[in-house]
Amino acid sequence: MAVGTGHLETSTGLDNRKLLMWLFLGSECLFFGSFIAAYLLYRGRSTVGPYPEDLVDIPFTSVSAFVLLMSSVSMVLALAAIQRGNVRNLQIWLVTTAILGLAFIGGQAYEFTEFYHEGLRIDTNLYGTTFFVLTGFHGAHVTIGVLILLSLFTWSLRGGIQQKDSLNVELAGLYWHFVDIVWIVIFTLVYLVQPQ
Amino acid sequence: MTLADYRRRRGEPLVAEEHEVHAEHHPSALEYLQIGGILAVITAVEVGLYYIELDFTLLVVLLMVLSLAKFSMVVAWFMHLKFDSRLFTIAFVTGLVTAMSIFAAALATLHGQLV
Repeated sequence: MAVGTGHLETSTGLDNRKLLMWLFLGSECLFFGSFIAAYLLYRGRSTVGPYPEDLVDIPFTSVSAFVLLMSSVSMVLALAAIQRGNVRNLQIWLVTTAILGLAFIGGQAYEFTEFYHEGLRIDTNLYGTTFFVLTGFHGAHVTIGVLILLSLFTWSLRGGIQQKDSLNVELAGLYWHFVDIVWIVIFTLVYLVQPQ
Repeated sequence: MTLADYRRRRGEPLVAEEHEVHAEHHPSALEYLQIGGILAVITAVEVGLYYIELDFTLLVVLLMVLSLAKFSMVVAWFMHLKFDSRLFTIAFVTGLVTAMSIFAAALATLHGQLV
């Protein structure tokens, strides 16, 4: 074991937890890629309404996208803080990120409710099925991310996270940023690119 | 020869040194804020394009380019792939390319009818 680091030497020379996280994120590309592909392949094939152009609220979703994007900034600032050994700033940025994540989830819940009242359900048409499955799974990922952030925050309050434990924050950050980049793709393909 | 030996010969940091070395190479808080600002501006441009009367193909191309730019910036700087081991990049890009290949195969199966 390397002196003072608490990390085992590995055959790759890399931390296995980080490598595992990247492999997991690679597999998540397939997961979301499949749902995005299904959405695109079935787009414009709904035989009954409501249709995307009747429902999508671009100003509202733009704010949601901006909120999630800014949560990535606060997440990376949390990591930068703990890498400098600043636990106080880590806690501030972790809570900020969790609040922004919750705001995004709240926005999604509002959007889903609005769509439901407009007559779009998961079994209404192909748009409803592909839209709710894709964005619903993304929302579930954001929710898991918020729980991870709040767990890290609680852990740090108990003194469990010090500078030497920054990898734990980095791994949570990788997951969070991945959720953000998935939304970057969804925002463009599902909301901004509307078939004419 | 293990991958660790190979990395050692190339002068790449191993697990023990990795955290210290990468922390040094990571951008500063100010740089992260600047990147966040650029991402916000790109998002504003994307939304602006949505409201401008543009040829549909041109609009799609522009939106895809801007989206790719945001995606790349988050992955490179916020996820630190720009500064980390290539093995992480390979792990991630393999999943990404496979996902796009599956989409291309499905598209071909459905005779390229996207819309």
